[in-house]
Amino acid sequence: MIELTVNGRKHSVDVEPEMPLLWVLRDVLDVKGPKFGCGIAQCGACTVHLNGEPVRSCSVPVSAAANQKVLTIEGLAQRGQLHPVQKAWIDHEVPQCGYCQSGQIMAAVALLAKNRDPSDKDIDAAMTNICRCGTYARIRTAIHAAAKTLKSTKA
Amino acid sequence: MPILFRKSRRDFLKVSTAAGGGLALQFMIPARAIAAGAVAKGPELTAWLVVNPDNSVVIRVARSEMGQGSSTGLAMLVAEELECDWTKVRTEFVSTAEHVRRNRVWGSMATGGSRSIRDSQEYLRQAGAAAREMLVAAAAQRWKVPASECDAENGVITHTLSLRKLRFGQVALAASKLEPPKDVKLKDPKAWNLIGKPARRLDIPDKVRGKPLFGIDVQQPGMAYAAIAQCPVFRGKLATVAGERIKGMRGLIKVVQLEDAVAVVADNWWRADRMLKLLPIEWDVGPNGGASTESIREFVRFGLEDSSVPVARDDGNVEAAFAQAAKLIESEYYAPFLNHAPLEPMNCTALVKGDRVEVWAPTQNAEATHAAAAATAGVPLENVEVHLTHLGGGFGRRGFQDYTRQAVSIAKAVEGRPVKLLWSREEDMQHDYYRPMTLMRFKAALDSSGKLTAWRVRDASHSIMAGVRPQEIKEGIDRHALGGIVDMPYEVPNLRIEFAMRNSHVPVGFMRTVFHSQNPFMRECFVDEMASAAGKDPYEFRRALLQGRPKDLGVLDAAARVSGWGSPLPAGVHRGIAVQDSHGSYAGAVFEVSVSAAGELDIRRVVVAVDPGYVVNPDSAEAQVQSCVAYGLTSVLWGEITLREGRVEQSNFHDYRLMRIAEMPKRIEAVLVPSGGFWGGMGETPLAPLAPALANAIFAATGKRIRSLPLKNQGLRLA
Repeated sequence: MIELTVNGRKHSVDVEPEMPLLWVLRDVLDVKGPKFGCGIAQCGACTVHLNGEPVRSCSVPVSAAANQKVLTIEGLAQRGQLHPVQKAWIDHEVPQCGYCQSGQIMAAVALLAKNRDPSDKDIDAAMTNICRCGTYARIRTAIHAAAKTLKSTKA
Repeated sequence: MPILFRKSRRDFLKVSTAAGGGLALQFMIPARAIAAGAVAKGPELTAWLVVNPDNSVVIRVARSEMGQGSSTGLAMLVAEELECDWTKVRTEFVSTAEHVRRNRVWGSMATGGSRSIRDSQEYLRQAGAAAREMLVAAAAQRWKVPASECDAENGVITHTLSLRKLRFGQVALAASKLEPPKDVKLKDPKAWNLIGKPARRLDIPDKVRGKPLFGIDVQQPGMAYAAIAQCPVFRGKLATVAGERIKGMRGLIKVVQLEDAVAVVADNWWRADRMLKLLPIEWDVGPNGGASTESIREFVRFGLEDSSVPVARDDGNVEAAFAQAAKLIESEYYAPFLNHAPLEPMNCTALVKGDRVEVWAPTQNAEATHAAAAATAGVPLENVEVHLTHLGGGFGRRGFQDYTRQAVSIAKAVEGRPVKLLWSREEDMQHDYYRPMTLMRFKAALDSSGKLTAWRVRDASHSIMAGVRPQEIKEGIDRHALGGIVDMPYEVPNLRIEFAMRNSHVPVGFMRTVFHSQNPFMRECFVDEMASAAGKDPYEFRRALLQGRPKDLGVLDAAARVSGWGSPLPAGVHRGIAVQDSHGSYAGAVFEVSVSAAGELDIRRVVVAVDPGYVVNPDSAEAQVQSCVAYGLTSVLWGEITLREGRVEQSNFHDYRLMRIAEMPKRIEAVLVPSGGFWGGMGETPLAPLAPALANAIFAATGKRIRSLPLKNQGLRLA
């Protein structure tokens, strides 16, 4: 049995230690926000936070998450309040098909946690997730907008 | 990123100048903050909508939502005429079982060719208008006044003489019992309140919460999971599989053999996929095991040399005009196979129980999915139900039903248990219906004044129609494959178009913008060659040939005007231009680029002007322009599927590169110039002029013609 905390809830799963975290989340714990896109850590649709760090959960064995804290898009809202990044995504009408957006949002939240005022270059370096619909211009705008909101709420 | 929205010919309305895209928020028509799952509790007023007692309205959507935003646009069309409160509108996908029971009441469910809005706009607006009249009539009956004295606005009916009011929800039940009017009058476009104004998309709140909307997210009680390996050489078969190799392994439910594939069914997908990889599988690859990109290219290219091929168009006499030419130009162009690569891999969930079949599918054509499920299970259409999900991208791939047939076949083998079939990315990369490989050779004549007098086109291409609708091929000519060529907008006195259909063993299909993704590249680059040979400006050269085509001219002029065509540029920066109509709309593009001596390409500005007749939701239209830029440039820069030993060499995103945010041009200007009077598509047309406008800009910068894609093979890479 492997124990892990997902979005604040403790779970005990009886799976192979090498099973990727993505598939434990999706098929065992029914947490469907993280998506499968490539299986080789290329596209980032499966991005979740492991102890606050963004990881490609398709390529992280669940054993690496044992007794650790996993945060997925489902756990981002606090007391029913969307995260400022989610709000910015709505304000700027970012998603098209939406498939990659859980991963994009988790990557953006991680970026803003480390860098409160990312430049375009910082965004280019940190946001390596693929969006096949090409929502990139709006992702960039929404990250800048969320950064402003976060600054004003924390100031 | 400015979005320019022109209401009348001369009046550009700049609705936003936000630096990175998106419309200024105050202009947005708001949507309900939380688009919870639609609940239709009230009575149905026409098949398209339900009015609930709380005045909320559920509008039914029969076309697939794959990111293009049409589920919101389609609802806007109904709501425009219904005069309901837009903030209380929700949508639901229609049921295919209902559709069969009700004699196809929702019409076509096909979602391709940019047809969702343009093909259904009339009956959707009529449905909204009919329901409004029924609601007004019901209110008038209650008040015992003539309906002509009543008005409907924002979900409220008013008796204009007494100012009495009733909300839609209060009369919906009575209205639903009335006979729908036969003839309804639709609003004049000038009176539209919703259509043409940016509206918030109804699907976005769920998408930022990570809700399980997609086919891959389907969860059913007792569900099993299937992974699949298909014969790596197209048209090959399964020979043998040594199933005992994985016998007794954890989670195994069954190994299922299909004619050309093996599926492993297990209690989760990772186990199914892992066991599948352990299986020793022998394939009977058939006669195509030696095919390579080079051999296929030679095979297709023979169509350029073949002495007798059918002629699709023969205006005037090209040979006579060639004989009298002051200048002759000849060039050959090439476009490779491409993979669609939607981010959600192919998947389908199916349950076969006795003679009944239930399917959950991300599909671009739920009726085709329904029919494929029935045929595969061998049951009548009445015994099938297809549940529509959102699509994690489609781009034409999900109109094909191979994955549906597989899922139903596998479900038959584990009857009574729902099974979710999911392809790995590798299967998705290597088992597509690819954008066809196409070659073209052009010859053109100019007179001494530089005027184009004759043009001969020889098109050698795979045909999509040969596989999907062979009856449309007449005397060897596939006019679909000749899109943008046989119907080119230019006025050419002597024009001959020859077509050589060259189908290899590689399956081909509709990929976003279809033949208009490669044919305009070839045609518009060659027009640039003509302009150079004539010593003329490429924009002015096109203008002269488009005098009889005001719509094409309109977008060409708009792109030139917004980009400042002809105005000075910084040193080393050059422009390229192209124009193309497709999918009922018109698009013109201008690129500004610089290219270093080392071949580093800097795309500094992209201007795309589009005339789709009417724009329903300008915010979604702008998003489609951005989307076409990302999708189109990905193909132009890196896109190619190659073959070796009959099989596709690329397997995943490390060797089939897709654009990332750092590579997206920072300055993209969507110029919407809807001229009214027609309804065109928006999801594909903006892509058509991109490749040639970029290639022409590269020529302007380097003097080197780009006649073969992708650019990575031409010594060019992004700066």
